[in-house]
Amino acid sequence: MVDYRIDRRSGVATYVQIVQQTKQALRLGLLMPGDKLPTAREVVEATAVNPNTVLKAYRELEREGLVEARRGLGTFVRRSLGAAPADSPLRAELEDWAARAREAGLEREDVAALFTAVLDTQFPHRTAEGDPS
Amino acid sequence: MTEPAIEAAALAKRFGRRRDAWALRDCSFRVPAGRVCAVVGPNGAGKSTLLALAAGLLVPTEGTVTVLGTDPAAARPRIGFVDQDKPLYPQLTVAETLRMGADLNPGRWDAGTAHDVVAAGSLDPGKRIRALSGGQRTRVALALALGKRPELLLLDEPMADLDPLARHDLMGVLMGQAAAHGTTIVMSSHVVAELEDSCDHLLLLGGGRVRLAGEIDEVLAAHTRLSAPAGTTLAPHRVVETRTTGRQLSALIRPAGPLPGDWRTCAPSLEELLLSYLRNPEAPSSADTTTEAAA
Repeated sequence: MVDYRIDRRSGVATYVQIVQQTKQALRLGLLMPGDKLPTAREVVEATAVNPNTVLKAYRELEREGLVEARRGLGTFVRRSLGAAPADSPLRAELEDWAARAREAGLEREDVAALFTAVLDTQFPHRTAEGDPS
Repeated sequence: MTEPAIEAAALAKRFGRRRDAWALRDCSFRVPAGRVCAVVGPNGAGKSTLLALAAGLLVPTEGTVTVLGTDPAAARPRIGFVDQDKPLYPQLTVAETLRMGADLNPGRWDAGTAHDVVAAGSLDPGKRIRALSGGQRTRVALALALGKRPELLLLDEPMADLDPLARHDLMGVLMGQAAAHGTTIVMSSHVVAELEDSCDHLLLLGGGRVRLAGEIDEVLAAHTRLSAPAGTTLAPHRVVETRTTGRQLSALIRPAGPLPGDWRTCAPSLEELLLSYLRNPEAPSSADTTTEAAA
């Protein structure tokens, strides 16, 4: 299940936040194919956002083929995203690497800068999905 | 096409006989069914009068208001109304108040919803209304209105005396009703920030008249915030607000056509837009634009 957190000050449209958080959950394997998304009613009761905003986000996810609405049953995940579930070996390697960086005396910002630099070399400019900017 | 939840035509209300005693004048607008509509305006703009007219508690001096396809009095069993003052019987207990709601709304009463709204505030059902705080009374009044399972819910400043947590919680309950039953909700509020995510329709009142009405997305898209060198002529665009600081002019406008490429523009937030209109009571209203477009 996924728990949406809406940040009113982020400047990102609310429906985009819901789309992004769903994708994040798909990437991390917190949502798997066949899982049910919370109903619009459940989301709006928890977040107090307008129901149409949630429906718009779900339509967007459906348009991208990530989920499908089954009439009277709810909205279900069709496929996952990416290949990096939360417990993958790649993540474990990254954890090791981060721990070594800390031992070597790197600050959080140093690590972030280093990681971003490598990311940019290995994945030359592909804009982040769902990013409105 | 489904009928609008509220449709007002040249609606006006005057209290007393004095010529300047108009609370509302020449209000024409439409709230489509299934919307969550914010009614915004400064104190004395006519928000409460408008809601009371829609609830059938006041009779228009001029014009008409149609609610759920009929007149407000006939629609009353399908309308929930929570007044600013949350009138309840002070000597009744919370449980007795809900039982009264059940007795007064035979055939429509949703005891589960009413009970849930009260229970979420951990209210003692045996407590008398007079012993409750303002926020607790609001919760009981909303439980009563929601228990009626209304098609149209009219709320006058519903959240004014609630703490932020209860406010978020009750707004969630309202959105849940809208999601589950397609309830149309029309609420007045001063807290602009909390409306931005919850409402999809806007009615801005000022001096008893409608200044803006429509889908919030469309209203926002019709306006532009811009900065340009001081002294720039903004005509023929409609200027809502303009300010010059040093060499820079910043403005909120309703573009009347394409804008010059050297103006820096961006989309306003709902809060910015409303504050600009509220600071400038003389700014052109959208009602003017629609009249022109129709002519």
